[in-house]
Amino acid sequence: MSSMTTPLAGYLLVAALLFAIGLGGALVRRNAILVLIGIELMLNAANLNLIAFWRYGPHPEALTGMMFAIFSIAVAAAEAAVGLGLVIAVYRHTNTTELDKIDRMKG
Amino acid sequence: MSPIFYLLAAITLAGGLAAVLLKHLVHCALAVTVAFAGLALLFLELDAQFAGFAQILVYIGAVAILIVFAILLTRGADLPKAGVFSKTWFLGLLIAAAVFAVLGWAVLASVSAIPQQTAIPSVTVHDIGVALVGRYVLPLEIVALLLTAATIGAVIVAMHEKARPRG
Repeated sequence: MSSMTTPLAGYLLVAALLFAIGLGGALVRRNAILVLIGIELMLNAANLNLIAFWRYGPHPEALTGMMFAIFSIAVAAAEAAVGLGLVIAVYRHTNTTELDKIDRMKG
Repeated sequence: MSPIFYLLAAITLAGGLAAVLLKHLVHCALAVTVAFAGLALLFLELDAQFAGFAQILVYIGAVAILIVFAILLTRGADLPKAGVFSKTWFLGLLIAAAVFAVLGWAVLASVSAIPQQTAIPSVTVHDIGVALVGRYVLPLEIVALLLTAATIGAVIVAMHEKARPRG
């Protein structure tokens, strides 16, 4: 495996494509849970970038990128818990998770 | 580029694409779990064992289960009559494509400046633990506080409110 190390650019392109997929999902889907899934995909793409830069950076023993990714995973978990809790609360009030039907604050 | 990388990248991207395109929410949750697993394997391929296993534990073990529970609690398995994509889907697709074009251009334009091959870093879980309670102890404490607050907050937000008139 070490003789055929993948260049950094490949990982960065995969992360960029995953970020675009997540962004597209968050923008085009009508269901609030799917929007949260899209946001999770974007966060994961950022984590892949952090780990890839840690791996190919000049000082991997400093662990900066790795630590950033680990903290990012923890924050993303908190975000998912609060976000899905909010979706459930909104569903309880409006009986729907379709985002374009939740327009009570529209002037 | 190793064939393992192509395989893992294909699994991850196919999972992500299926997660945002499939109709049934349960299928989407399953597809996004595949994407999370592919990412964990990519982390392992990048010699980041700790991050890879943390990804498996946190995303496949917790976030995917949370998503499934949210789908069950909101009756998300029923298909909406108006379709699963919003009316402005074309605009969203355009924005996503533009963002990918910019990111991809930035990566390809700087391909000569980024390092191509370095030695495999020898980082053990012991090193990560020492760094977490040493240099990174303040962020660790803040994350602990954040996780506590988020857990309590999520429970309070999603808790059933009694005797509330429906408006």
